[in-house]
Amino acid sequence: METWRRNPLVFWIFLVPPTIWLAAFFLVPLGLIWVFSFGEKRGLVDIEITWSLANYVRALEPLYLQIIAKSLWMAGLTTAICLVVAFPVVFAISFAPPRWKPILLLLVILPFWTNLLIRTYALIAVLRTRGYINFTLEWFWDGGNQILTAVGLGDLQLLGASFQPLQLLYNNTAVVFGLVYVHLPFMVLPLYASMERLDKSMIEASLDLGASQARTFFSVVAPLAKPGIVSGLIITFIPAMGSFLTPNLLGGTDSQMIANVIERQFKSANDWPFGAALSFLLMYATFGALAMRSLLARGSPGTEHGA
Amino acid sequence: MSTTSAGLESRRRTKAGIGPLDYSRRLWIRLVLIGTFLFLYAPIVTLIAFSFNDSRRNIVWRGFTMKYYEKALNNDGLIEAFVNSLTIAFVSTIVSVILGAMVAILLWRFRFPGQAPYEGTVMLPIVIPEICMGVAMLAFFARIGWPAGLPWPLNLGSIIIAHISFSFPFVAVVVRARLAGFNRELEEAARDLGASQWQTFRDVMIPYMRPGLVAGGLLAFTLSLDDFVITFFTSGPDTVTFPVKVYSMVRFSVTPEVNAASTVLIIVTVLLTAIALWLQNRTQPKDM
Repeated sequence: METWRRNPLVFWIFLVPPTIWLAAFFLVPLGLIWVFSFGEKRGLVDIEITWSLANYVRALEPLYLQIIAKSLWMAGLTTAICLVVAFPVVFAISFAPPRWKPILLLLVILPFWTNLLIRTYALIAVLRTRGYINFTLEWFWDGGNQILTAVGLGDLQLLGASFQPLQLLYNNTAVVFGLVYVHLPFMVLPLYASMERLDKSMIEASLDLGASQARTFFSVVAPLAKPGIVSGLIITFIPAMGSFLTPNLLGGTDSQMIANVIERQFKSANDWPFGAALSFLLMYATFGALAMRSLLARGSPGTEHGA
Repeated sequence: MSTTSAGLESRRRTKAGIGPLDYSRRLWIRLVLIGTFLFLYAPIVTLIAFSFNDSRRNIVWRGFTMKYYEKALNNDGLIEAFVNSLTIAFVSTIVSVILGAMVAILLWRFRFPGQAPYEGTVMLPIVIPEICMGVAMLAFFARIGWPAGLPWPLNLGSIIIAHISFSFPFVAVVVRARLAGFNRELEEAARDLGASQWQTFRDVMIPYMRPGLVAGGLLAFTLSLDDFVITFFTSGPDTVTFPVKVYSMVRFSVTPEVNAASTVLIIVTVLLTAIALWLQNRTQPKDM
C-alpha cells in the first residue's frame, strides 16, 4: 500500500474508468428510482417529483403490509429450515474422513452453479399435479388397491373411488420448498467454515466431563460456531427475502412476495413511484440485515472479517 | 497410562463401536446427509434424464431419444436467444475484466481518503437485491431515452451495460484475492533494473494477475449467461436472452424441449465454473 500522492497519475488512471462506470450505470439508476419513490404518477408515463412520502405511507396499507409480513415470514421460515437441515449436514462433512470432505462439500455447492431458473423449473416438474411425486403416489395407490382387491376388499373403495393428486404447486408450501432448495448452500458454507475452525477437543472435553450430546451442542458447539451461524442466517435471509423467480413460478395468487409486487408496479400496474418506494424499502431491509451481521460479528471472539 | 486411555475409550464407545465424535458415522446424520443430497439432486437429475425420454408426457420412461435436442436446435427463437446470450456474455466479460482489474489494483495498491466508503460502494452491486437493480435499470434506460429498434448487435447494448454493472465487482473480488499474494519486491526489482512503469505493469503485474483475470472472466461470463432477473427488466421483445426465452417456455408448459435446452445450459455453466474455480485454487497463495 502506498499513498495515492506518491503516484497521482497512475492513481487517476485506475480510479476514473470504473468510478465513472459505477456512477453512470449503477448509482444514477439507483438514484433515479430513489427520486421516483418521492414522486407521483401523472398520466401513463409522466412522473412528477413532489417529494411526498405518500408512496411509503401506501406501503403501510394493510394489503401491502401483509405482503411485506408474508415475505419476512417466508424468508424467516426458509432460513430456519435451512439452519436445521444444514447443521447435521455440516457435522457429517466436518467429521468425515479428510479424503471425503472436499467431495461432500463440492456436492453441496454443485447445484448452486446451475441456473436458478432451471432449478426452479426442475421443481415444477417434480411438484405439479402430473409430476413425479404425484405419479409415485398414484403408483402406490394403484398397488394398494390391487392388494385390497386381491384380499376381497376391492369393492369397499377404502382408498377412495379414484386417485386424487395432491395440489403441491402454486401455494406457500411450494414457495418455501423452492426457497430452501435454492438457499441451502448459503447456509452450509459459512457453518462449515466455522465448524472447521472450531477446536474439536472442546467437544471431546465437554463429553468427557459428562455433558450430554444435546447439552454439548447447545452450550459448546453453538456458541463457538456463532459467527458462522450469524453469517449463514443473514446471507440466507437476504436473498430469500428478495426472491422473485421462486414465488413467481411456484407460488399461487396468495403467495406473492415483495419482489413480485415490485415487478407488477413496474411492468403491468405501471405505478413506478410506488414500485420504487417498495424497492427502497427492500434495500433498506437488506442494509439493516447486513449491519446487524457486522454488529453481531463484532461482539463475538475469533471472527474473521470479509467472508 | 495406556490402561486409562483404553478404559476411557471403551467407556466412550457405544455398542455399535461409534465414538462420541464420529458424527459422520451416526445413522441419523447419515440419513439427513443422504436425504439432503437426494433433495438437491433428484430434481436436476430427472430433468436431465427426461430430456432424453421418448415421450411428450415426460413422466414415464419410454426409451432413449435425442429428438428433443434436435427440436431445440431447430427452434429458431431458442437459437437466436442463445446467440444473444453468448454475445452479451462475451462483451460484458471483456469490459468487466478490465474494470474489475482496475478496481482491484486501485484498492490493493493505493491508500486514499474515503477508501472504505469507496470500497463499500463498489461492492454494492453484489449485495443489493437483484429485483432492485433490475427495476433501476428499467427506469434508467426508459428515462434517458435509450434508442429502441437498433440493428443487432447494438440492440443488446442496454443488457450488456446492466450485466457489466453487476459483474465487474465480482471480478474485482477475484483479482484482488490473487493480488494479495503478489510480492511487491518484484515490481521494485523491475523498476530498479530500468523498466518504465508501463513496462513493469505489462511484463510483471499482468502475467502475475493472469490466472485471477481468467477466473474472474469466467465468473463474469457465467453470471451473465445465467442472469434472469436483471435481464428480464432490460430486455425487449427483440432482445430475448436464453434464460428469458426458457422462462417464457416454462410459463407456457413443461416440455422435453425445455429439458433439452436446460441441460445444455447446465453443462455449459457447470464446466465454466469448474474451470474458474480450478484456476483460482491452483493459483491461490498457500497461506490464504
